[in-house]
Amino acid sequence: MNPLPLASFDGAIEFIFVPQSSNVTGGNKVGGFEKSLELLLKHLEVTALALAIALVIALPLGLYLGHRGKGELFAVGIGNAGRAIPELAVIALVAVLIGVGLKTVAPALAILGIAPILVNTFVGVRQVDPASVEAARGMGMSELDIIRKVELPLAVPTVMGGVRGAAIVIVATATIAPLAGVETLGDFILNRNVYGENGLLAGAILVALLALALEGLLALLQRRLTSDGLKVKTA
Amino acid sequence: MRTDKTRVRVLLAALAALALTLGVAACGSSDDSTTSGSTESGGEAGAIQSNPDNGKVSLTIGSKNFPEQEILGEIYAQALTAAGYKVKSALNLGSETVAQKAVKSGQISGYPEYASTALTSFFGLEPEEVPADATEAWEKANEEFEKEGLQAFEPTPFASANAVGTTTETAEKYDLKTVSDLEGVSEKLSLYGSPECRQRIDCLAGLEKLYGLKFKSFTPVDIGLRYTVLEKGQADLSILFTTDPQLSAESDKFVILEDDKKVFPAGNVIFVTTQKVAEEAGPDYEETILQVQEGLDLKVVQELDARVELEKETPRQAATAYLESAGYIGS
Repeated sequence: MNPLPLASFDGAIEFIFVPQSSNVTGGNKVGGFEKSLELLLKHLEVTALALAIALVIALPLGLYLGHRGKGELFAVGIGNAGRAIPELAVIALVAVLIGVGLKTVAPALAILGIAPILVNTFVGVRQVDPASVEAARGMGMSELDIIRKVELPLAVPTVMGGVRGAAIVIVATATIAPLAGVETLGDFILNRNVYGENGLLAGAILVALLALALEGLLALLQRRLTSDGLKVKTA
Repeated sequence: MRTDKTRVRVLLAALAALALTLGVAACGSSDDSTTSGSTESGGEAGAIQSNPDNGKVSLTIGSKNFPEQEILGEIYAQALTAAGYKVKSALNLGSETVAQKAVKSGQISGYPEYASTALTSFFGLEPEEVPADATEAWEKANEEFEKEGLQAFEPTPFASANAVGTTTETAEKYDLKTVSDLEGVSEKLSLYGSPECRQRIDCLAGLEKLYGLKFKSFTPVDIGLRYTVLEKGQADLSILFTTDPQLSAESDKFVILEDDKKVFPAGNVIFVTTQKVAEEAGPDYEETILQVQEGLDLKVVQELDARVELEKETPRQAATAYLESAGYIGS
């Protein structure tokens, strides 16, 4: 029996940049820079779309509920339930209802992202000092203004924490998108027979790097969005 | 008001319920069926005769963890039990590499493998090098297995292979009976298959190379969705398996195209075991297995798969039904 070749870090790096031969493709090469880039961009695309959908749904809802102080049970409940979602089952379910492709995978992944964003936004707004809110009301601000100018800026660190959490979960889970018609980096990981052990490791490395890059980007964004008054001043 | 005593009682009751549930779940999944002794060795032709000598031998029959494999495992396990062996089953191996390790390490006595999988996955053959003839494929595989102390019994009549499938409407519309009939038509049709199909020479890559077909599009989907995408009208063509239950249960809706240029390697099932176990278990081991698989042609296997996948019977029930109706065991 051919011994199972163990993946090596060098082999994985080589796989990312140079097309390799595979023993099930009849001579066609697999992997390489073009393919890696193609899958990476697709992965990014579906992540961005899913995150956008999650934001559009969860952010306003979290802000409203947090501002009104209602629905704590609902928000926390969603947060807990969201952690337990079997994503593969969700994708399969949505595929049966809608079909496969980006229009299915993006909403299905967005569901995963809604929970962290909703909970963190709710909690972030609730934690704003009531005195600040009262003062703003006293100054004659409208409720919408209060949300925009007082509560949201003060809640930015917590809200962004939720957004970052959502982004990481979505990036990681977009790995299974090839099972529903969208070819992301998960293709390298799911198809061991085609891409081999090196391809599998390469896929994992690329997803991890993408996640780190996204996290870094969002951390920078958080910095920009946090008003100077809130940033901890080092002596 | 809940007193401390009541609280303790509630806690103990909850723990007991939990333990009971876990116990039932464990029993259900590990499928330990240890029976020994003889069964009705009636005078029916073809019935398995129980041999008391076999009672000294313990066998563990394994299989991969999807319905078709589980049914086969159950068939072999029940047949060997009828022959008088002490049999346990372990129908939960995740892949062919896991199964191989289990056989070699002695965790299981043997399991049913597909000849094409053995040749391409274990022995590094290119898919196009796999012989189309069942006996040739078995002999080639056995040659390699013997070098490692393993042994493969002769193949089953049925073979499980990939196939290009479609709805009966589409087949009638374009007059499709074989894959070659897709010439000139495939550009208008979308093909859906497993993610790895796109690049495999025994799947899309082969269809493009050996048949010269170009499809309008290829979309990767999970194997479990292969009929859903046809039903929903999203897919014109889908990669199916020849042993799919839907092909027999819903034969008015789905049809497969004949693979006339042999792109898809046929996988007859061969039972893989170690030479050591085969020796210790005596001649009844191989004979029983070969005897009981004689009745497994494509139609029968499709029906058995239908029982488990569509009618939600357990593999054990389907296996018993097969063995009884074929007269191998008394009812």
